Amino acid sequence: MASHYEAPIRKPLVTGNKSYHDVSVDISNAVEGKANKQWWIVFSISMTLFLWGVGCIIYTISTGIGVWGLNKTVGWAWDITNFVWWIGIGHAGTLISAVLLLFRQKWRFAINRSAEAMTIFSVIQAGLFPIIHMGRPWLGFYMLPIPNVYGNLWVNFNSPLLWDVFAISTYLSVSLVFWWTGLLPDFAMIRDRAVKPFQKKIYSLVSFGWSGRAKDWQRFEEVSLVLAGLATPLVLSVHTIVSFDFATSVIPGWHTTIFPPYFVAGAIFSGFAMVNTLLIVMRKVSNLENYITIQHIELMNIVIMITGSIVGTAYITELFMAWYSGVEYEQYAFLNRATGPYWWAYWSMMTCNVFSPQLMWFKKLRTSIVFSFIISIVVNIGMWFERFVIIVTSLHRDYLPSSWTMFTPTFVDIGIFLGTIGFFFALFLLYSRTFPVISQAEVKTILKTSGDNYKKLRDKNG
Amino acid sequence: MAEKTLHAVYDDDDKLLDAVKKIKAAKYEIEEVYTPFPVHGLEKAMGLSDTRIAITSFIYGCIGFCFSIWMMNYIMILDWPQNIGGKPSFSYLENMPAFVPIMFELTVFFAAHLMVITFYLRSKLWPFKKAENPIPETTDDKFLIEIKFDGSEKELKKLINKTDVLEVKVHINKKSSHE
Repeated sequence: MASHYEAPIRKPLVTGNKSYHDVSVDISNAVEGKANKQWWIVFSISMTLFLWGVGCIIYTISTGIGVWGLNKTVGWAWDITNFVWWIGIGHAGTLISAVLLLFRQKWRFAINRSAEAMTIFSVIQAGLFPIIHMGRPWLGFYMLPIPNVYGNLWVNFNSPLLWDVFAISTYLSVSLVFWWTGLLPDFAMIRDRAVKPFQKKIYSLVSFGWSGRAKDWQRFEEVSLVLAGLATPLVLSVHTIVSFDFATSVIPGWHTTIFPPYFVAGAIFSGFAMVNTLLIVMRKVSNLENYITIQHIELMNIVIMITGSIVGTAYITELFMAWYSGVEYEQYAFLNRATGPYWWAYWSMMTCNVFSPQLMWFKKLRTSIVFSFIISIVVNIGMWFERFVIIVTSLHRDYLPSSWTMFTPTFVDIGIFLGTIGFFFALFLLYSRTFPVISQAEVKTILKTSGDNYKKLRDKNG
Repeated sequence: MAEKTLHAVYDDDDKLLDAVKKIKAAKYEIEEVYTPFPVHGLEKAMGLSDTRIAITSFIYGCIGFCFSIWMMNYIMILDWPQNIGGKPSFSYLENMPAFVPIMFELTVFFAAHLMVITFYLRSKLWPFKKAENPIPETTDDKFLIEIKFDGSEKELKKLINKTDVLEVKVHINKKSSHE
């Protein structure tokens, strides 16, 4: 037992006297059991939204981008807002799985699987928007550096929009293999427990014949570590490049050097909020309260508080720089954000993102499940408004006052956005019924240091 | 080829580590150990050499980095140089700042994917591959040591029984099996 020592001051991460076998049983319960009524209700609502979104996408593509609320002045609105919002949400998954691995944070083991699933599902939503906005999505391959039918007309590697293509496809594919590699031992566990032949077949297929040899585990750990080391700068680069879409332009309000760190902090902020939204529900529904404890939620709330403060600092820095720059276009852009016709969006953003996470300084609030859930949703509403404010309010009053206008979304704009929300939740709901939602192999490695039964044993026997 | 295979099953990682050390000390060769999770210190106790997979990743990353430079140099400078936004593409070095993001992304892309593919091939992991753990419980909570040996079963069994073992089984290997 001595080799599994952990300071007694650290709270247990796994409660409920779990043994190795209990962990396997608890994690495979959700997969082996049947879905209850609530699952079907939420799933049907998500699928309905998704189908509505598909309808709106078909309408957009068959008719043209004119069915959106865009006009000559505001040429980018909800599509890019939603794109950045979804990409940002995805960032927390990589942060939890990669950065917390490098920092050896044991609490990541209970939440990394679901956080990575969330990453992949939200990056899929994000990827939809640029493809739809192309108008002719079947020509999407024009973004790839391949010789085409018009001779060697290549893509433009000077363009941040192309950097985005590379960044997001690298991010999605690397996250996917990182996730799947981690899943192999857990799929194997379900495969070896499965009784139904069909289930056994499926899990044999997806577990790639994982047998758990000592050498495999040695490589597995090395691969996870190297992937974490690669994914950490990758995740920072992705939102940096997304921010370049704006920062490399000459639009007042976009042309700012603070954008990369500001966007990355905002992405982590909104992503952790979404992880909280999903996990607070999942721990209850899938009976995982012993693995995803209040302590996990508290730690995520602290991350939300810190990144929220960084975002708040960035907002204030932006205002200061606008004033300090002496550029009147820049100054007007920010004055217009706070006091112009979109003042309500700006102040919703400020309240949701700057004020609300500060409440997490109170221990009572950050350890309250209901409060954490509410704040997690408030934060994501705020982060959606942040992107809306940056994009629409910077565009709607440009250099030429005669072209000043307002943006109003049409039902198609709203429909596609709701559709992606439905798609996201439908994917997550399917995942929660078919995948091992906690990386049980890794939880077993920390059971002897951080399980409450072993901690008690150590207290008794030293 | 050894005539017999012995499977010793343990129900705890510390007991397993202890047994591996004892078996090693008695100069028996451990064929394989199957565990449900990575047991720290096991590879050292078994005498496994370090994995070189991180080195392959570094090499793949270098390849990706060079590939990205070659690709963008060919596309932007050699094949079809254009003046885009007042930033003419006459030399790679002058335009390099704009190419840094892609150089970075492709480095990561190559390093990550080719390393994972190498891992899957080296550890023989792919769809439709049959699992090879001798008992299914080794992915749940059991730890299994596989020893191939010739000659006296008694002596080895005596040694194994001195460890905190749960179950011991000996299989006679078929002559025609692979070797």
